[in-house]
Amino acid sequence: MLSGNLRLKHTAITLLSLVLLLGIWQLAASLAHSPSLPPPLRVAAVFWQAIQSGELPYHLGVTLLRLVVSFSISMLLGCAIGVLLGKNKTLDAFFDNWLVIFLNIPALVTIILCYVWFGLLESAAILAVVVNKLPNVIVTIREGTRALDKDLLEMAQSYGFSRKKTLVHVIWPQLHPFVMAATRSGLALIWKIILVVELLGRSNGMGYQLHLFFQLFDVASLLAYTFAFVAVIQLIEWLLLRPLDRKALRWRR
Amino acid sequence: MNDINISILDKTYRAGHVDDRQHQAIADLELSVGRNEFVCLLGPSGCGKTTLLNMIAGLDSHYQGQIKIGSQAAAAKIGYVLQNPRLLPWRTVRQNIELVFQQAPPAELIDSLLTAMQLDDVQQVYPERLSVGMQRRVAIIRAFAINPDILLMDEPFVSLDAPSARQIRNLLYCLWQQRPHTVLFVSHDLREAIALADRLIFLSPPPMRIISDIPVTIDRGLRNDSSQIEAFRETLLNQHPAINGLL
Repeated sequence: MLSGNLRLKHTAITLLSLVLLLGIWQLAASLAHSPSLPPPLRVAAVFWQAIQSGELPYHLGVTLLRLVVSFSISMLLGCAIGVLLGKNKTLDAFFDNWLVIFLNIPALVTIILCYVWFGLLESAAILAVVVNKLPNVIVTIREGTRALDKDLLEMAQSYGFSRKKTLVHVIWPQLHPFVMAATRSGLALIWKIILVVELLGRSNGMGYQLHLFFQLFDVASLLAYTFAFVAVIQLIEWLLLRPLDRKALRWRR
Repeated sequence: MNDINISILDKTYRAGHVDDRQHQAIADLELSVGRNEFVCLLGPSGCGKTTLLNMIAGLDSHYQGQIKIGSQAAAAKIGYVLQNPRLLPWRTVRQNIELVFQQAPPAELIDSLLTAMQLDDVQQVYPERLSVGMQRRVAIIRAFAINPDILLMDEPFVSLDAPSARQIRNLLYCLWQQRPHTVLFVSHDLREAIALADRLIFLSPPPMRIISDIPVTIDRGLRNDSSQIEAFRETLLNQHPAINGLL
């Protein structure tokens, strides 16, 4: 039961490091003794209050919904365009310049432009996030498509694999690590952009709330909301991404 | 009756050279292979044998000339054992074999082939955990299992130890006798080629053309006798001294 022991050890290390982090925070808060650095317990109390009042779940839900919508759009579009550019050299040569330009436009600029051009609308907010994320997905998936194993594709061709069979059994398993990389970096990037989008032009969501707390100098609420968000992202990683990875990468030595 | 008619005027490709030079692999090659004939292609390495097999398998269509396969309208089933095993690392041995079937895979045939190749125990194993020799055997099963009309084999026994190579050679031979089909077999080993083939085709260094086309006249019943093979080889090399330089 070596693996069981290892897991136990791993859990112990995780717990220990988290407890240590809390300890440092508590110590710093006691030393500072200022409302701008509340101790962990105070933040926990605020957190609990915000959940009971329903305020935190509402704003968190709104932001998560925006995250799911803009993430899905950019992943689907990005994978399709990425595969296309990875396969077709002419298209790639043509659109490569566009990609570089879009990759380098600051997120803030896209957000402002979207609001200026389309108004302070939900669709403008989503569009701004998608435009920010899309080039990253395209570039990652394009690399994956370029790296596809030609030998295996030839094998599939010589045995007359159908398009669907080739996609499911030959291409998808090779793209999987790239899609996962795009997913992880995408989640991290998108939720940060969404907060800015909400801060600038929406009247709900985490970004809006954080802006409010900033104006009120309510650091405890600010931290409580932040932890709620970090926890949700961790849950997505543990409950969704890790199991997906484990299932897809069983064959690795 | 011919099964494969090959008439290639010119096959040139970019050789992957730093200065982008062109490489003429094949020039004026005419070859016909009869139905159910077992033909061995022999030639120095790099002479274009693999290129030729890829063209026959339909993987490479950038050439001048034509390759006609099968006399009927129905497309011939081609089994191709490539030089490297090319198994899907994310599918088990069994899945790798089953995937090449358009319809339901014939479980009994696959079972018997796995047993014959001594791969029973590793059916549910992912290929990267196997030795190259074992992977190669899986690739051979994959080609045998579809009961191909035409079997293309590109040095299939390289990197197998001598006993397994002999065993698989015998299996190939048995299968071919049970269910005759056309075989094009690339080899470096003249004794192996004499033991298996109806015809030996000797090929030149690039641009590849046929140097000699020699029928193997030993009776099929006597091919287990190594002295017969040896004698045929001696005569062959004496009569065609040019061959010696090729192998």
